[in-house]
Amino acid sequence: MAKAWMSAKRLKNYGMLGMNCRNVDFINRYNDRKLYPLVDNKMKTKLLAQEYDVPTPQLRFVVRAQHQINYIDRKLADLDSFVLKPAKGSGGKGILVIHGRQGDQFVRSSGALLDVSDIRRHMSNILAGLYSLGGSPDLAIVEDLIAFDDCFAGYSHEGVPDIRIVVFKGYPVMAMLRLSTHASDGKANLHQGAVGVGLSLDAGRCLYAAQHGRSVRVHPDTGRSLKDIRISGWRDILLLASQCYDMTGLGYIGTDIVIDKHMGPQLLELNARPGLAIQIANGCGLLPRLRHIENRTLSRRFRSEHRVDYVMRRFAEVEGESFMSYVDVA
Amino acid sequence: MSQNRTFYAILFALALTGVALAILRHLTTGIPLLPGQEQSVWLVEARIDFDAEGGPVTASFALPEMELPGFDLFEEQSASPGYGFAILTSGRARRAEWTKRDALGEQSLYYSAQLVESLRDEDTHVNDPVDRGRRQSDWEGPQELAATEVLDDARERSSSARSLSREVIKQLNSEASQNAALLRSSTAERAELLMLLLERADIPTRLAKGLYLEDARRRQSLTPMVEFFAGDTWVLVNPQTGEVGLPPNFVLWHRGGVSVLDVTGATNSQVQFSMIRQTVPAVQLAQAKGRSSLFRELGVQRLPIEEQSMFKLLLLLPLGATVVVFMRVIIGVQTSGTFMPVLIALAFLQTSLLAGLVSFVLVVAAGLALRSYLSRLNLLLVARIATLIVLVVFLISAFSIIGYQMGYSTGMTITFFPMIIIAWTIERMSILWEEDGPTEVMKQGGGSLLVAVLAYLLMQNPLMVHLSFNFPEINLVLLASILAMGHYTGYKLSELHRFRAMSDF
Repeated sequence: MAKAWMSAKRLKNYGMLGMNCRNVDFINRYNDRKLYPLVDNKMKTKLLAQEYDVPTPQLRFVVRAQHQINYIDRKLADLDSFVLKPAKGSGGKGILVIHGRQGDQFVRSSGALLDVSDIRRHMSNILAGLYSLGGSPDLAIVEDLIAFDDCFAGYSHEGVPDIRIVVFKGYPVMAMLRLSTHASDGKANLHQGAVGVGLSLDAGRCLYAAQHGRSVRVHPDTGRSLKDIRISGWRDILLLASQCYDMTGLGYIGTDIVIDKHMGPQLLELNARPGLAIQIANGCGLLPRLRHIENRTLSRRFRSEHRVDYVMRRFAEVEGESFMSYVDVA
Repeated sequence: MSQNRTFYAILFALALTGVALAILRHLTTGIPLLPGQEQSVWLVEARIDFDAEGGPVTASFALPEMELPGFDLFEEQSASPGYGFAILTSGRARRAEWTKRDALGEQSLYYSAQLVESLRDEDTHVNDPVDRGRRQSDWEGPQELAATEVLDDARERSSSARSLSREVIKQLNSEASQNAALLRSSTAERAELLMLLLERADIPTRLAKGLYLEDARRRQSLTPMVEFFAGDTWVLVNPQTGEVGLPPNFVLWHRGGVSVLDVTGATNSQVQFSMIRQTVPAVQLAQAKGRSSLFRELGVQRLPIEEQSMFKLLLLLPLGATVVVFMRVIIGVQTSGTFMPVLIALAFLQTSLLAGLVSFVLVVAAGLALRSYLSRLNLLLVARIATLIVLVVFLISAFSIIGYQMGYSTGMTITFFPMIIIAWTIERMSILWEEDGPTEVMKQGGGSLLVAVLAYLLMQNPLMVHLSFNFPEINLVLLASILAMGHYTGYKLSELHRFRAMSDF
């Protein structure tokens, strides 16, 4: 059983990255302010991704003005399932996932039914900036729903599992799989009760899993053992994550990647202020790895393949290894 | 690394400047560093009585200087109906002059001054030049002889002007000495006698008159003292006791040969003093003291009272901001809206804590209930918030009126809450409720209130109020601490709990 409190000294020994340290030493230092809109605005991210040939879910249309909402039923007519999201939303807020139709009504991932008027209201909320940072006016994006890959069957409640990879100066440094649960209401945010599964960087195997800050072995809703998780095509996923650095120029980002049954790995969104929960899911601190990358001088010249190979070699094993083992370089 | 060092050097300089300026301000203006300090003020009243003869009257009365050893004079008034009044200044000496064309019968003039004890003890008059106008005695043979003997005796036992005067006084006080008795009988005024003797020994002297301050005394008169020139400085001596130097609680009212009171056109003039000791808050006193200095000119106290009270709140804001930074960066408390707690704390300052807490929770809870209905109306965001503002205004008015009818006048103070902020808070919390559930609302709402209460407790602390208002530069120290916390990269207290799962390893 985990203790309720940890001493700061022990956390330091584990190399846990705290929020203050993340903000001052990494976000402020490696993320240029003027690049933020590239990731804070999902529309810009999408366009940028197309430019760099990074796969993202197919964009259907964008709602920019209130009057467009009046005719929205026509535009939605030929879409069976779709995702409606604010371009500037944060923390997964304001995302509406529609799985299918039932007569005139739309079926949410939770099974709840919505009228077209509910969709309209949601859209007008998005446009008014309810979900955007600082309440600035926003636009609503409608894109294709990710087709659930069978390899995750039994690992998720409602939502599609996504893979969060923290990329530092182009090097993927830590990865986790986020599984929505009944407790998280189908959302993939760890603080809302989703399960975080730490993934090994060499093969995408499960290292450790946590929910509500506690260790778990099975998915709380389906009872499937999390130990067996192994993501197929892992190197491609890391490559995709690594390319996001070349694409945005942001030194410290979190990439959210989903696996589509037909299209393969897709970049869902980027985050310039990735949370710290990934450390809990991995049972391992980020700091030694970040410092290790920080102290590599030639890193900028390497291409993404090189960087991915490097981390697959270097950060391969976490279980049973000494957490201080990277610090020797520093 | 060196960049870090510069940063901390700047922080240190900032904090040091703040403290140094505060201390400097304290020293120059006398504003106390701690609140509630009181200082005693002597209210001295001189009453001048005379019988006017029916013609023009001029009464000239010696006044003490503005800055006396041990005392500051900071307010003076005269009450004298029908008389013209002026204070005439020549050099440092000041005289009050009352004038009237026609006066008959008993007249009373009043002059009152407030004297504050000050730390200054040097006397600016000790280096006055000596004027060698010799005093002439009207002694005859026996007295002359006695004086010479007393002086010779004293000169033998002394080595300087100081010791000579001491010896002369000792002899004059001696009951056994016949010479002393003779001299005492010829010149009744002891100070006069001492001056004559010292002048005889070629020591320049002058008369000084002063007042012993004792609480609630009436009908006091000035006590004569003698100053003699001891080679380099003037020395004050009590002719009765021989004590050298300024006695405690003694105000030097008047110096030199000119008379204390001159009245022309009247007879039987006399002056009497009464005094009383009062205590006043030291801050008030420091403000009332008319000494001009840069600090005084640049102090908030120079503003009109109405603006001052606004500044009193304004200058407390840095403290609230510091609390927010501390709670968020070091402790890791979540709040809804970054600086909303400070605004709530400011409102608490006006409402008092309990009434403020209760009414805030009431308004927000009622607002949330109304908002849950609004969400069904399918309104645009801006219109919804505007609706909330109107509703919040209604709610607050309703609570005020109900509170007033029930006899709680505190209900009225609810209007101090920043309504627009409250409307936004309600909106944000209601979204939070829909998206993350009531636990998150409780967490953030509770966090906000906790920070607000903490900020309130600090901001209403008398010491903090006193310091921030009277020593605004103290806020530089807060600024330095905020900047320092802005560089803090250690763990938040809450992260020690958040990362608790790590103890499994």
